[in-house]
Amino acid sequence: MAAPLPQDLVEHALASSRGDDCVVIAHDSTSANLRWANNTLTTNGVMRSLSVSVVSYRALEGGTASGSVSGSAATFEQVERLVAAADTAAESSEAAADAQELVRGPAGVDWHEPSAETSVAVYADFAPALGDAFRRAESSGRVLYGFVDHDVTTTYLGSSTGLRLRHVQPTGHWGCTGKTADLVHSAWVGGATRDFRDVDATAMDTELERRLRWSERTVDLHPGRHDTVLPPTAVADLMIYAYWLATARAAHEGRSAYSHAGGGTRIGETLSHRPVRLLSDPAHPGLETLPFVATASSSDAASVFDNGLPLQRTSWIEDGRLTALAQTRETATLTEQPATPPIGNLVMEVDGAEARTLDDLLAGVDRGLLVTCLWYIREVDPQSLLLTGLTRDGVYLVENGEVTGSVTNFRFNESPLDLLDRFSASSRTVPTFSREWGDYFPRTAMPALRVPDFNMSTVSQAH
Amino acid sequence: MHEIDPDFAAIPCRRLALAALDRARALGASHADFRLERIRSQDLHVRDGRLHGAGESEDLGLAVRVVHRGAWGFASGVVLDVDEAERLAETAVRTAEVASVMTSQAVLVAPEPVHPDETWISAYDVDPFSVPLNHKVALLEDWTMRLVADPRVDHVYASVTSVLENKFYADFDGTETTQQRVRMHPEVVVHGSDTSRGVFDSMRTLGAPTGRGWEYLTGTGHDWDAELADLPGLLEEKLRAPSVEAGRYDLVVDPSNLWLTIHESIGHATELDRALGYEANYAGTSFATLDRLGSLRYGSDLMNVTGDRTVEHGLATIGYDDEGVAAQRWDIIRDGLLVGYQLDRSMAQLHPELNDGRSNGCAYADSPGHIPIQRMANVSLQPDPDGPDTDGLIAQVERGIYVVGDKSWSIDMQRFNFQFTGQRFYAIRDGALAGQLRDVAYQATTTDFWGSMSAVGGPDTWVLGGAFNCGKAQPGQVAAVSHGCPSALFRDVNILNTAAESGKGA
Repeated sequence: MAAPLPQDLVEHALASSRGDDCVVIAHDSTSANLRWANNTLTTNGVMRSLSVSVVSYRALEGGTASGSVSGSAATFEQVERLVAAADTAAESSEAAADAQELVRGPAGVDWHEPSAETSVAVYADFAPALGDAFRRAESSGRVLYGFVDHDVTTTYLGSSTGLRLRHVQPTGHWGCTGKTADLVHSAWVGGATRDFRDVDATAMDTELERRLRWSERTVDLHPGRHDTVLPPTAVADLMIYAYWLATARAAHEGRSAYSHAGGGTRIGETLSHRPVRLLSDPAHPGLETLPFVATASSSDAASVFDNGLPLQRTSWIEDGRLTALAQTRETATLTEQPATPPIGNLVMEVDGAEARTLDDLLAGVDRGLLVTCLWYIREVDPQSLLLTGLTRDGVYLVENGEVTGSVTNFRFNESPLDLLDRFSASSRTVPTFSREWGDYFPRTAMPALRVPDFNMSTVSQAH
Repeated sequence: MHEIDPDFAAIPCRRLALAALDRARALGASHADFRLERIRSQDLHVRDGRLHGAGESEDLGLAVRVVHRGAWGFASGVVLDVDEAERLAETAVRTAEVASVMTSQAVLVAPEPVHPDETWISAYDVDPFSVPLNHKVALLEDWTMRLVADPRVDHVYASVTSVLENKFYADFDGTETTQQRVRMHPEVVVHGSDTSRGVFDSMRTLGAPTGRGWEYLTGTGHDWDAELADLPGLLEEKLRAPSVEAGRYDLVVDPSNLWLTIHESIGHATELDRALGYEANYAGTSFATLDRLGSLRYGSDLMNVTGDRTVEHGLATIGYDDEGVAAQRWDIIRDGLLVGYQLDRSMAQLHPELNDGRSNGCAYADSPGHIPIQRMANVSLQPDPDGPDTDGLIAQVERGIYVVGDKSWSIDMQRFNFQFTGQRFYAIRDGALAGQLRDVAYQATTTDFWGSMSAVGGPDTWVLGGAFNCGKAQPGQVAAVSHGCPSALFRDVNILNTAAESGKGA
């Protein structure tokens, strides 16, 4: 017997619920990955999953209660069990603090289209080229380590209030670390893709070869504040963290760097004197992402009552001024702001930098550093958004505008909000992939930034 | 003694395994294993006395892993029928064929004794999924209402994550295991502010995540009522505390903080897959490379570290790993010297010098949809049998800091340079505590830090800490793991002032 379609599972759940209202979200995913180390493939996988989340709502005196249950579900019987559990959870709960009117709407025209899929065939061109790259690296004293992943998830959201929303999200990324045969020097390249048609294993290895050549000369450098060029990937490492912590609830409750001293949020305050814009837009070309809220449980920045709410282009920072924080309709009432739920992409732009490239930034540096990427970034102080972390896989010395060698890795302590006000030059915005967070937040476009006094706190011997 | 959850026991695991393994054998695979897992988890969040979010999820699926033409092949799915089990075996074999072209070192799996029909269930009293949701929420509402009523507290958040994990495993050799375990992670955080100084801060409970059931929240294994009662006062003192003067100090580190330093600087550094470079593109490698086995001085003579998957209530404790290997306990560091690693079966085959050619049972996946990788055991620092209590360690310090509770953590890709903060830091003056300090972080290089360990607390100071959120591998996998340790004394450690680090001055 053929397994039921995800749309059928959603309809069956809606019909089965004994709640006053119900929202059902199905994620139908296929993915394929290859992983390699020491110039040979290590692990791989071809995975299929189908998960269904049921949110049941029950009206009661003084408000509405909700109950959420998610699970792998391939049969009607599995869905019925999820529905029963969600209904029971709603019935045993009190009125929810985030209760709002559910979103209403008509069925989308694409609702009945089948799920999109991927398979290991997505690597038909990449895999043989990677095999060639292994042989070339092996013969020229280079060791390659890396990973490619491609996932296609079709999301279906149906509600008792009429919503039938469908969205297809292709997500791909690639990354490769190269080391010299003595393992003393290391470099990295990586990026995001939607279909792997634009990923070239030969070019990947060639760039690693070029960067490892930069390491032939090593220079001792002390920790301290250095003139530092952060490439777009490192800017993404920092700005994603700043974005994740930018919830209106935490700000309003006085427990984040976005809290106004004495109460309320810092919306409207100037964070940077530079023409900086930070935005998310589900329709951003090349970074297209889910255009409606689909959340299985409520948290600081998400509410199950907002399910199906359309997501629109949102400026978090405009001309250096904080203009919005991630929030639900509940916190929007508290903060007297529009509801601006989080969106799955992030773009930073600096007006006036459209003509400048990363190389142009390097050309302006007399003596400074070029970082490859950042790693193990964690919050040290929520009040200043002080983050610590390390440089990784190559820190290069720039002298008179050119890379002249490599230096050690460093531990840094910096606040991304401070950097927004302290950078001395910026490049144009380009699509990029965060080394640390990209596996979980792959859709970003960032400029390179030059920071005249980046705080390299101590030396890390890692190489 | 519990039984395997009846809903899981009703799944025809054996029939599906047989179908998958037969298909893999027919297609010529040299090794195959089959897993069917169900992971139930529930997250509850309560804020200021009111439910803030509740979600329950169940990850149920099956996976087939093969070795074919010298390469791994892995496939997973969610449809629990014979057709799907066979299809997954075929996909795994086909994926191995694609992989074999790019595999230059043929995969071999070290032999293991066969365990034909074993059942293992972890040690707990009350299955958290047997407790009604409204009872659980009521407990957290009570906790948070008590705290938010205190004028020193602005907001309070409480959360509990409960997990019930069932795992069936079968392989070509005839091993077949069915397992069940439970784990709990309760946490309460109070937030407060001192408007006169313009600062805000938080204080979190120290009760560790543990392999116990709901009884952990009602008095077994931790005294939550006592800890909650102390939080407002601890928070108030922290808000008023002076900022630390950066420099070098002697540290007495409480187990509630030290477990995480062990996790990062020893646990991950002695994973053999990292030492061999398998994680170079993601989690990183290790300074503790294989050529230094038996010669690397990891720390002082007082340092004895074991790996184990057997300690009662340990989060990484289990009967058999995801390659059918029985749980073990072994030495990783003895008298300060590196003597062992964490292994899986393919690495044991490559390095027979390590554990007589056997895996020590450190292969597991976080879910049915992911491939098993070499993963962390409970890695623990042993107490000094004749060691002092924590006060006895503090008494040995003239000018220092006592570190309690974990908070921020960060370590480099080779596990050299780390920086940790904590929930609270106390000044030590002339052998006694002298009030809290603010803005403290300790930063060191792994071998320097463990080399500076000059006294280790006695068995009475030993506590099993741990985490649910250890991250590794691509695609990313999370793991729950425990680390036991005593209090310990470290001499002359670099202390940063985090306010000065942010350029805000101290």
